[in-house]
Amino acid sequence: MSVNLSKGQAISLQKDDGGNLSAVRMGLGWKSAPRRGLFGKRSKEIDLDASAVLFAGTEPKDVVFFRHLVSDDGSVRHTGDNLVGGAGQGGDDEAIMVDLQRVPVHIDQIVFTVNSFTGQTFEEVENAFCRLVDETNGQELARYTLTGGGQYTAQIMAKVHRQGGGWQMTAVGAPANGRTFQDLMPALVPHL
Amino acid sequence: MTAELVRGQNHPLPQSRLEIRVTSERPVIAGATLNDQDGRMREEGWIAHPAQPQLPGLEVSRQAAAEHRLAVDLDALPESVHCVNVLLALPAGAGGPVRFGELAPPFVTVTGLDGAGVANCTLTGLDAESAVLALELYRRQGGWKVRAVGQGYAGGLSAMLADQGLGRAQELAATINEAVAAGRDRSVAPPPPRTDGERSREAAVGAAGSVAASAPDSGAGVAGAGDAPISYRHPGRATTPPSGPPPSVPSSPGTSAAPGRTPAAASATPGSPGSPGSPEPGPHVPVAGDANGWSMDERLYNQIWDMFEDLARTVAAYRSAVDFAESRMEQELDKVLSDPRTRVGPAADAARGEARTKQARLVEQAREVLDRDLGQLSAEAEVVEPALPPAYARWDNPVWHGYRPPLETPMAMRLGDLALPESAGLRIPMLVRLPLERGLWIDSGRSGTSGSSSPGPAAASVVSSDELRRLAAETATAVAARLAAVHPAGDFTLHVIDPAGSASAALAPLVESGVLPEPPAAGAAGVSTVLEQLTRRVDLVQMAVRSRATDALPADLDTAEQLLVVHDFPHGFDDRAVTQLRYLADEGPSVGVHLMMVADLEDARAYGPVLSPLWRALLRITPVPDDHLADPWVGHHWTYEPPLVPPGSQVLTQVLGQVASERARRTHEAEG
Repeated sequence: MSVNLSKGQAISLQKDDGGNLSAVRMGLGWKSAPRRGLFGKRSKEIDLDASAVLFAGTEPKDVVFFRHLVSDDGSVRHTGDNLVGGAGQGGDDEAIMVDLQRVPVHIDQIVFTVNSFTGQTFEEVENAFCRLVDETNGQELARYTLTGGGQYTAQIMAKVHRQGGGWQMTAVGAPANGRTFQDLMPALVPHL
Repeated sequence: MTAELVRGQNHPLPQSRLEIRVTSERPVIAGATLNDQDGRMREEGWIAHPAQPQLPGLEVSRQAAAEHRLAVDLDALPESVHCVNVLLALPAGAGGPVRFGELAPPFVTVTGLDGAGVANCTLTGLDAESAVLALELYRRQGGWKVRAVGQGYAGGLSAMLADQGLGRAQELAATINEAVAAGRDRSVAPPPPRTDGERSREAAVGAAGSVAASAPDSGAGVAGAGDAPISYRHPGRATTPPSGPPPSVPSSPGTSAAPGRTPAAASATPGSPGSPGSPEPGPHVPVAGDANGWSMDERLYNQIWDMFEDLARTVAAYRSAVDFAESRMEQELDKVLSDPRTRVGPAADAARGEARTKQARLVEQAREVLDRDLGQLSAEAEVVEPALPPAYARWDNPVWHGYRPPLETPMAMRLGDLALPESAGLRIPMLVRLPLERGLWIDSGRSGTSGSSSPGPAAASVVSSDELRRLAAETATAVAARLAAVHPAGDFTLHVIDPAGSASAALAPLVESGVLPEPPAAGAAGVSTVLEQLTRRVDLVQMAVRSRATDALPADLDTAEQLLVVHDFPHGFDDRAVTQLRYLADEGPSVGVHLMMVADLEDARAYGPVLSPLWRALLRITPVPDDHLADPWVGHHWTYEPPLVPPGSQVLTQVLGQVASERARRTHEAEG
């Protein structure tokens, strides 16, 4: 019973029984580049990268991406870089685990972004999605589809932020341009 | 100046140790064949390729790659070799290009070991060819030269191998392609290179995976491993302990853990509240050995490193929250002050009060989280410590009373304890892998490392310098004794240099028990005898390993791991002895000769910067608690505490007595 999120929609990360989620995974999947026609072997591989930026207020405090796989405090972990994508049929090609209980108390939002490292725009990428999974039982909480995107190379996917004693997730879905998360930093600010 | 060679052109090679670097747009296979003076391949084995990458003096990559570095040592080649052919081929069946015409021309450079270019050539003009003889190195009038060849083969790898005079070229080509396919997943992508975490993680997994094969690596590949800080992160640990109950709650300790040492672990979880079938998310009950591994020792080792990492990270979270709270408060106070309307009066007081309250609240929250995590880790430490085997245990652990000489060398040994100021009573065992990867330096000085900004050990300022020296000598004895105790009898030999006899009191347990077979070497003569003997051993073993003639070593050569403890440095040392010492520090660990210096930098100041590489090559530990060791994740300064024997304890004497009698028994058996 996962929720298909639309832009700007927010869901609370509370369990049905009222308890708070302890660990979530942000998964990113996409279909690897198709082989086309006679020059099939010339088709370029698609490398999307998932990143998570940890903010205290509006100050970026730490970032987890393919060169820094674990935040210094250990609460956010990237499972590793995938350079080519997969079948695009539901499995995550890159994933970022967030141990919500261990996120330092001053970090109040974590923003997830996706960049096209190889430079294809999202128009060319097929079956791309990002989804939020409850790590404790593998249940999908929310899914957000990236395809049908336009002429841009990055997307600010979603953020999880503190709400009362727990956490809430908001789908952002804002397009941007950039090769890595660094290029996105200015574009992130309005969404905090 | 690098010579640019065109096809057929040659160039002299000034040195015999070279690197041949290949750069290509897509991954290619690299190989090499050897020819005699008639241009024939005299022996079937005269070829290096991915399935058989090594020849004496020559090594190629096991996989196809867009960048290759072939190491060549021309002096190490057999006398009868007169020509080395460097071959490149496109991997078959990889879905990649099938002819070189599709790629930018490959580029080949011959460089010295320092990377300085000697000659290079670009393999232009290739079209339908899928294999190419790139260049040849050949003997000419007592020296070596390189010639750019660029001979392509449209028939591919097998045609090229057949042309090299190989009988079963087709078969060999198939073998090579198979080996390449096996290694393809790991092949390095063409530029732009991404030094992403995936590969370093693989390396870490590899390092952890090689635990079982603890046989000392045969020299060649060892150097590289020492460069980067070794990642001990456990790849398999999915979540950290505080995050709810992992699937393996200790419902049935008897089945989940290895039988070996479980009694301690099981008895440490009294009443096991998580009875089977109750998914109560209550507090996680820690269990000793709760980590991946093939043996209980390995699981405990991994668990300790997990605890180390968790403590480092949880403290990092706390510190960053406190820093943030401070800086935000300062900003808010500044804002109040900078606005003339709010600078004074009740509004200002209220604003200041609010800023302070916010700061205090955040710090308090951070502290709560830290305390929660520390509680978890302390509980884990409480069950882990009693379950540790002797090699990992403190000297005051009862396990030492039941000590028996082991039959196998453990994977690691405790070198002391590590703690952070925030972690209060929680101390993490500092485990180092065996055989030691680097030597040890027990710093008997009070100054700390020269240039270190940290204000020296707090305890050192209240301890007199004589006391420091005594403690350093005792630390050395405690570490040496532990090494002797954790190795099987006969697998560890101790040498001690004590030129002025100043450490004799600390050395007494080693001498009296007989674990130190000869009295400590005294005077300049003693120093040079011991160094001479160990240097010779390093030379011999290195030579034997390089020429693959380990069976030709003299029968009387002691194959045990050797530890040389040097007291009173540089007393009794001349320049030659210092050079030998540096040689042992650099070359020794890979051939089982280890160094432990007990020294004060001040005493050796006369040698100036000559000795800095020596100190840097050694792991510095201190005889009193000192915060100079950094963790590999966050880089906190950890307070190191030496593994001293509790005052008045007889444990060292007892253990050394056991070691000595076991050795005597074995010698007796060997003679009888």
